Amino acid sequence: MLDFPLWKRILILVVCGFGVLYAAPNFMPSGWMQGLAEWAPGKRMSLGLDLQGGAHLLMQVDTEGYIKEILEGSYKTSVRTAASGAGTFAAVDVVGHALVIQVRDADKLDDFRSRLRREAPELTIETLDGGKLRAELSEQGLRDRVSTLVQQSISVIRRRVDEMGTTEPLIQRQGDDRILVQVPGLRDTERLKVIIGKTAKMTFHMVDMECNPSGRPPATSQIIPSDEAGRDGKPIPYCIEKRVRLTGQNLVDAQPTFQDGRPVVSFRFDSRGARTFGQVTTTNVGKLFAIVLDGKVITAPRIEEPILGGSGIIRGSFTAQSARDLSILLRAGALPASMSYLEERSVGPGLGQDSVDAGKTASLIGMAFVLIFMVLAYGLFGVLADIALLFNVALILGLMSVLQATLTLPGIAGIALTIGMAVDANVLIFERMREEVRNGRTPLSAVDAGYRRALTTIIDSNLTTLIAATLLFVFGSGPVKGFGVTLTIGIVTSMFTAIMVTRLLVVIWLRRRRPQALPV
Amino acid sequence: MMLLRMVPADTNIQFVNKRFIALALSAFLVLSSLGLYLSMGLNLGIDFLGGIMLEIKTKGPADIADLRSRVSGLNLGEVSLQEFGQPDVVLIRLQRQEGGDNAQQEAVTKVKQVLGDAVVEYRRTELVGPTVGAELQEAAFLAIVAAIGAILLYIWFRFEWQFGVGAVVALAHDVITTIGLFSLFSLEFNLSTVAAVLTIAGYSINDTVVVFDRVRENMRKFKKMSLPDLFNRSINETLSRTVNTSLTTLLALIALFAFGGEVIRGFTVAMMWGICIGTYSSIALAVPLLLYLNVHRGGEDVEPEAQKAAS
Repeated sequence: MLDFPLWKRILILVVCGFGVLYAAPNFMPSGWMQGLAEWAPGKRMSLGLDLQGGAHLLMQVDTEGYIKEILEGSYKTSVRTAASGAGTFAAVDVVGHALVIQVRDADKLDDFRSRLRREAPELTIETLDGGKLRAELSEQGLRDRVSTLVQQSISVIRRRVDEMGTTEPLIQRQGDDRILVQVPGLRDTERLKVIIGKTAKMTFHMVDMECNPSGRPPATSQIIPSDEAGRDGKPIPYCIEKRVRLTGQNLVDAQPTFQDGRPVVSFRFDSRGARTFGQVTTTNVGKLFAIVLDGKVITAPRIEEPILGGSGIIRGSFTAQSARDLSILLRAGALPASMSYLEERSVGPGLGQDSVDAGKTASLIGMAFVLIFMVLAYGLFGVLADIALLFNVALILGLMSVLQATLTLPGIAGIALTIGMAVDANVLIFERMREEVRNGRTPLSAVDAGYRRALTTIIDSNLTTLIAATLLFVFGSGPVKGFGVTLTIGIVTSMFTAIMVTRLLVVIWLRRRRPQALPV
Repeated sequence: MMLLRMVPADTNIQFVNKRFIALALSAFLVLSSLGLYLSMGLNLGIDFLGGIMLEIKTKGPADIADLRSRVSGLNLGEVSLQEFGQPDVVLIRLQRQEGGDNAQQEAVTKVKQVLGDAVVEYRRTELVGPTVGAELQEAAFLAIVAAIGAILLYIWFRFEWQFGVGAVVALAHDVITTIGLFSLFSLEFNLSTVAAVLTIAGYSINDTVVVFDRVRENMRKFKKMSLPDLFNRSINETLSRTVNTSLTTLLALIALFAFGGEVIRGFTVAMMWGICIGTYSSIALAVPLLLYLNVHRGGEDVEPEAQKAAS
């Protein structure tokens, strides 16, 4: 029992050393160990939003709206392309998640079908009664589109948030159609919501010259209000085609500039967009071309001549600031779909700092209580247990720094709790030793028996708390998850320090003193 | 050197004899907790119900009546305002707004408008939509069920089934009385509370397992001792450890309660109660129940070496 193999000793020393080393950056002024390798100590713990202050947004992508849009837009175009390729004409309607297609010439049906399959392979086509076709997005196709949608949204949001100049935002996908955005240190959550939430959906349509904006539009068109107000104070309505010619996704650049002394936004399309733009402007000279942003017509200039270069100017009721903001939105790309907010939490820096201070104070005082108690109750061995406890805390902090686990306020509570529970293992062992001494064992064999007998109990009891802690980590969210993390780490490290570190210290002491009686 | 002994060395408290008192007390606690829950319900936080919560700081001590009238005037449904730790910090809660997630946003804007510059600082804002509220409820429920299930499995694996029953009864007792406590004082039941409940579950079993371990060891050692005496002895032997560990954990929790700030106060209170009740249930409930469950002595795999070493 007294033999503590050298490799074990070295292992313990190394682990404890690492613990202290990796925990140290949290107490040093920042920048202390810059320039070291990725794995080397130098990283502080990552603080949760409730300690740093910041904003937390959980958004859900409007997949229904998106599906409708792509059916109306790109898939209808696919139908038309297939129809004209087969030399026929197809009338198409959107019904739910599907397109109902009526091909004019029945003998061209098969040709049309194969063309459509080539144009849009992700559609499943079935024949209905009466020679109609029904084209629907398959389950897999739907999932893929939604997935791409979310990915695109994430990159758009990331660019927008980056442009705000905030530090280390967290933007990640949650589940099938949700996005989580966390921006630490952000005071102005309103602006964040505005910049993220604004769809900045820009679409380009032809104005339907034949319909009357104050009457009922035909099936292929819709009435959309504009930014400008008419004489009666209400926004002037425009009757525009539903068909989307170009979208903001074809947009490459947008810059605020001035024209005739008024702020405007100049834009440029990518090569595909420029081609389409060229086609549209060539075939529609003299007609009005509406630019719709977030469901409102910003402007509807007349097409004077074909624009083949792919660039243009948006004129509207802009101020210098709004022209700038719009350019940011357009440059970062249009959000491909609209979002709804599921959850929003923001913690101001005042509360954040208060929480950190409170957490620190409570932990230090709690630790002091426990340290003192152990000495009072177990004397010298209590001191040894205390030393192990200090290493325990260092290990917890070190592990959290290395893993970059997030520390939250409940997480700090978890550390304090672990401090109280960590000594349990030592208490078990020491009580056992006392008993063995009472039963007449010599000091050495009492220590040995104490550790041996108590080991299974320690493992059993810690394992059950570990189950609870792991479940909290799995099912919890936000601050509660942080609690699960620290508790789990804490239990593991306290088992290690209680069993290995205290034992080493006790053995060293035993060897030196060779006492007659145990001071427990 | 005089050491602090919370529990004298050779106690022989007749726990098992007093079990009827304990069982009666426990039954009372459980029944009254259930009664409280059914009649008064739980003060569910916005984490579960959805809704809006604002923690604000005012200029000087808050005039809660004035703030309340302002917010109530918006007709946004049930409104609750209370002082939160300091006289100039107020917690405002609004019920979930009809109209889905976007309606909540508008409500916050309206409230902020009407509060105007009575508010010096918005320390914390939380909006939880109905979708997320329902999901968090489900997650919390699953977590608790999974925890109890996992723990049961573990005990069943490590001990005889009778021990498992005793452990689960003690655990259920602890969880129910904790919920009763929250119901009684209308403490806010939110995600942190669920975390506390899960931790209490873990701790309670932890405690119970320590006593069970000793019972099992003594059953191997003292084949001739009557069960009540054996149980008594086991409890007394582990008493010192139980008290000390509960004490150290409580010390840490007291520090948290006093200095940890208002945000985690509910959590801390739950934990402190949980430690006390968990200790109590291991001693007064789990072990005496074994008496009624006909635990077998030789039911375990007895290793011959252990027998020799024990005698």
